Amino acid sequence: MADKNGPDGTGETGRGKQHDADIRDDELERRRRDLEATLATRRPDRSEGKDDARAVAGYGQALKLSSEFIAGIVVGVGLGWFLDRVAGTSPWGLIVGLLLGFGAGVLNVLRSAGVVAEFGQSDKPRDPKE
Amino acid sequence: MAADKVDPIHQFHIIKLLPINIGGYDLSFTNSALFMVATVAVASAFLYLSTSSRSLVPGRLQSVSEMAYEFVSNMLRDAAGTQGLKFFPFVFSLFMFVLVANLLGLFPYFFTVTSHIIVTFGLAALVIGTVVVYGFMKHGLGFLKLFVPHGVPVFLLPLVVLIEVISFVSRPVSLSVRLFANMLAGHITLKVFSGFVVSLSALGAVGIAGSILPLAMAVALTALELLVAFLQAYVFAVLTCMYLNDALHPGH
Repeated sequence: MADKNGPDGTGETGRGKQHDADIRDDELERRRRDLEATLATRRPDRSEGKDDARAVAGYGQALKLSSEFIAGIVVGVGLGWFLDRVAGTSPWGLIVGLLLGFGAGVLNVLRSAGVVAEFGQSDKPRDPKE
Repeated sequence: MAADKVDPIHQFHIIKLLPINIGGYDLSFTNSALFMVATVAVASAFLYLSTSSRSLVPGRLQSVSEMAYEFVSNMLRDAAGTQGLKFFPFVFSLFMFVLVANLLGLFPYFFTVTSHIIVTFGLAALVIGTVVVYGFMKHGLGFLKLFVPHGVPVFLLPLVVLIEVISFVSRPVSLSVRLFANMLAGHITLKVFSGFVVSLSALGAVGIAGSILPLAMAVALTALELLVAFLQAYVFAVLTCMYLNDALHPGH
C-alpha cells in the first residue's frame, strides 16, 4: 500500500540536504513500520467480518451455480421426454435430452461463472452499452 | 401451529379461503392469493403515500422510494443501455413485488408467496415471454442469431445450437428455482430452529437453558433472511435486465 506513494520519496528532491533527508527518511520509515504493525493488529477484526460476508456471498454463488446446472438438466430431460411423448421414440429422446441437458447445464455454469462468452457473442468480453 | 409436533412444511400449505369454481377449473381465492393482493396493496400504498407530498427536498419515506426508483433505473441502464428504459415499469413492478412479498413473508404467521415455485416460475415465464416476443418483434428472425455463437465449425453447429436453445430455455427455470429455493430453505431453517426452542424448553430447567442457543440462532437467521429477501429481489431484477438486454441486442 505505502510502497509506491509512501513518504519515502519525499527526501529525494532535497539533494542538497542529504543528511537531513536521511534522518527524515529513517524517521518516516520507522513511523511507517509502526503504522503497519498497528494496522496489522487491527486487521483480524475486519477480516473476520469479511469472512462472514464472503460466506454469505459463497452461499449465494453456490445456490446460483447449482440452480443453473440443475435447470439445464431438467429442461433437457423435459424436452427429451416431451419429444418421446409426441414422436413415440421412447426412450431415445430422454437419453439424448439428458446428455444435451447436461451439456447445457455445464454451459450455464461456465457462463454464469464468466468463463464462457454470453449468448450470441464471440469470445470478446461483454459490453452491454453498445 | 406446533402444539406437540413441529412441522416445518405446514407454513407453506395452501388454504382455500373462498372456493370459486368456474367451468371445472379451481379458481379459489387462497391464502396465497390473499398475500399476493396484500403485497400489491402494500407496495402501491407505500409508493403512493411516500411520493404524495412530492417535496423538492425529500423526506425519509420519499427518499426511500426515490432510492428504489434510481436503484432499478441504474440497474436497467447498466445492463441493457438507455433503450432498456422502456422496460422500466415492468422491471420495477417485478422488483417491488418480489421484494415486498419476501419481506411480508418474514412476519410470523404470514404466508410467503415467493416460496411456491409456481409463483416464481410464473414471474420468470413472464420475463422470458417478454424477451422472446419483443426479440422477434424487434429483430424478426435475426433474434435467432442469439443461438448461433460465432466461430463454431459447421459440422458442430446443430449440436451447439441445440445446447444453446436448451440453455436459453433453462434460464427461466433457474431464475425461478433460485428465488423459490432461497425462500423455502430459509423459512424451513427458521422454523426448525424455532421448533428446537419450543421442544427443548419442554424438558425443564436444563432444556430452557439449552434453548438459548437455538433462540440466538433463530434471531441471527432472521437477520440473514432479511438480507436474502433483498438479495433475491435484486438478483431477480438484475437477471431480468440481462435477459431483456438479449432481446434488445441479440448477437452484436
